Amino acid sequence: MFSLITFLHRAIMQGIPLLFGSTGEIMTEKSGNLNLGIPGVMYIGGMSGVIGAFLYENSLSSPSDAVGFLAVMIPLLCCALGSLLAGLIYCFLTVTLRANQNVTGLALTTFGTGFGNFFGGSLIKLTGADVPSVALTTTSNFFRTTLPGAETTGWFGKLFLSYGFLAYAAVIIAIICSYFLNHTRHGLNLRAVGENPATADAAGINVNRAKYLSTCIGSVIAGFGGLYYVMDYANGVWSNDGFGDRGWLAIALVIFAIWRPNLSILGSIVFGGLYIVYLYVPGALRTQELYKMIPYVVTIVVLILVSVRDKKENQGPASLGLSYFREDR
Amino acid sequence: MSNKKVREPLFHVAKRGYVPKYKSWAIRLGSIIAALIVCAVVTMLLTGENPISVYKTMFEGAFGTERKIWKLLQSLAMLLCVSLAITPAFKMRFWNIGGEGQVLIGGLATAACMILLGGKVPNALLIIIMLVASIIAGAVWALIPAVFKARFNTNETLFTLMMNYVAIQIVSYFCMYWENPKGSGKIGVINSNTMDGWLPTIGKYDYLLNIIIVLVITIAMYVYLKYSKHGYEISVVGESENTARYIGINVKKVIMRTLFLSGAICGIAGFLLVGGTDHTISSTTADGRGFTAIMVSWLAKFNPIYMILTSFLLVFLDAGASQISMVFNLNESFSDIITGIILFFIIGSEFFINYELKFRKSKKEVK
Repeated sequence: MFSLITFLHRAIMQGIPLLFGSTGEIMTEKSGNLNLGIPGVMYIGGMSGVIGAFLYENSLSSPSDAVGFLAVMIPLLCCALGSLLAGLIYCFLTVTLRANQNVTGLALTTFGTGFGNFFGGSLIKLTGADVPSVALTTTSNFFRTTLPGAETTGWFGKLFLSYGFLAYAAVIIAIICSYFLNHTRHGLNLRAVGENPATADAAGINVNRAKYLSTCIGSVIAGFGGLYYVMDYANGVWSNDGFGDRGWLAIALVIFAIWRPNLSILGSIVFGGLYIVYLYVPGALRTQELYKMIPYVVTIVVLILVSVRDKKENQGPASLGLSYFREDR
Repeated sequence: MSNKKVREPLFHVAKRGYVPKYKSWAIRLGSIIAALIVCAVVTMLLTGENPISVYKTMFEGAFGTERKIWKLLQSLAMLLCVSLAITPAFKMRFWNIGGEGQVLIGGLATAACMILLGGKVPNALLIIIMLVASIIAGAVWALIPAVFKARFNTNETLFTLMMNYVAIQIVSYFCMYWENPKGSGKIGVINSNTMDGWLPTIGKYDYLLNIIIVLVITIAMYVYLKYSKHGYEISVVGESENTARYIGINVKKVIMRTLFLSGAICGIAGFLLVGGTDHTISSTTADGRGFTAIMVSWLAKFNPIYMILTSFLLVFLDAGASQISMVFNLNESFSDIITGIILFFIIGSEFFINYELKFRKSKKEVK
């Protein structure tokens, strides 16, 4: 039976990794860096968290020994570190070495996806652990702890209270980013760098530092999306390529939300819904395949509409995808 | 010295003027060697083998048997074909990252002709229809973003990226529509009994025809880019759109014409994959080549002849690394990690070709 509450609940669950990814990518793109490595970064983030949790769980003699604080903090820190390093690779190549952003991003995606799948498949062999598969139930249970009252308050609880803490973090981070970009001096500076780095440079803004900072912070945020997917959505079970094309969908969501993190919150739920709508379509299995392309078609339509209407406030950053070299004019 | 407080940084970056070819290739070669050393260290840490035996294994994976060599040449040809396809667009600074989708749609058109017309028209005619259909399908798929780019300046990177996934889903739909046997969700080998629409093979070599066709396209593309008027217009639009407009080049027309060509060759790649070797289609037929091709093309500086080398490098790494993962019982994604590391190094090396670091001169002579 179709239940709106269940549908919305599942849409939000699907949308959270996309929200993390798109918030991170918006932060990155606002500095003029089009990081097509976000899918790779999300894989790296998720896998780094898994490695951390895996090592921690295997160091315990029994699952009941796990300390909640450590079980949450170790994957979180590992994930942040992993995606930070990935962001640094991207920054070093595109900002310091001024390499082409598209090529660097795609190389990072190749590397990141490979990194995730490789360690996902070989982690047990490499560490010599005595377990059949990478299933981090203990850690996952900590990540999936819901707010009190989720079970008892009926539809309200199911819709608003029944998520792990990372889901709420995603929304809060998106709101903070939105505030930062639109209402603070640093946010204004960052947007200036994305629009016209030469002008920003003349105004005394350190362009390279702004690009480094925003891209690395953006990568860490996106990495949490990968971690949420493994620990919460997938119950701590890593399956290769299980993350699928969500990374690209996160980049699509950036356009859908016309580069605004607060709109991206709403957009992520819409995308999450579109992502699973095929499950609710009656009829043959094959028509479901066609429904799976809706998020992408919607993105294309938005992309076209934004460019046709040509309103300044709805455009992406003007120097998106271009490297900046002070003497190069 | 009077103004002692002025501090000169340790080094500063300056753009190089003219870089002789031997120097730029020496830098590239150096970066590849550095990358191979890093890869060897990584492999050593993961497998515990010494690097020489690791590279021996890689070599065996690529050239071990005659069959492996043919397979390597086939992957090389297909990757090269897609790279050639996207090159004119890239040279024009039109970031066509939709090669994946264009190949798939071309392949789908080929498969559709094979399924629907197989046995109804003479084989030679069928192959011609397949070729035309795949060219049109690929070209239209590339033309859609091009039209919007030309008219409304729609961001082509993101547009073509999204078109990939639309194409993938359409192919999955038709895979289920024409599934054979029923319930498998896959199109098995098409016309496996009659071999209708299968490209002829030269002698006993399955892949030779593909390789020859791609070689012809390579030379044609080299001539087209270097010696034709079209090629000249492409490079002018790529260098500066304003200059192009000023000297009377119809920029919109050039964008659309180039993308038509780009998509058409992607369509041919799909045609060769489906009609020539696979005789079937799935959503993974393009196998990420649309993305890898971007790196091949960029690393070769958009020169079709150099592209043979760069695509060989990537194909070799892939074959070699999958041999390593097989021999040492590692996950097959190992090759992606190795490829990623090498790409990072080559991408980084471009900086040292275009710029030089000027170090602070020592001040010892100033007394």
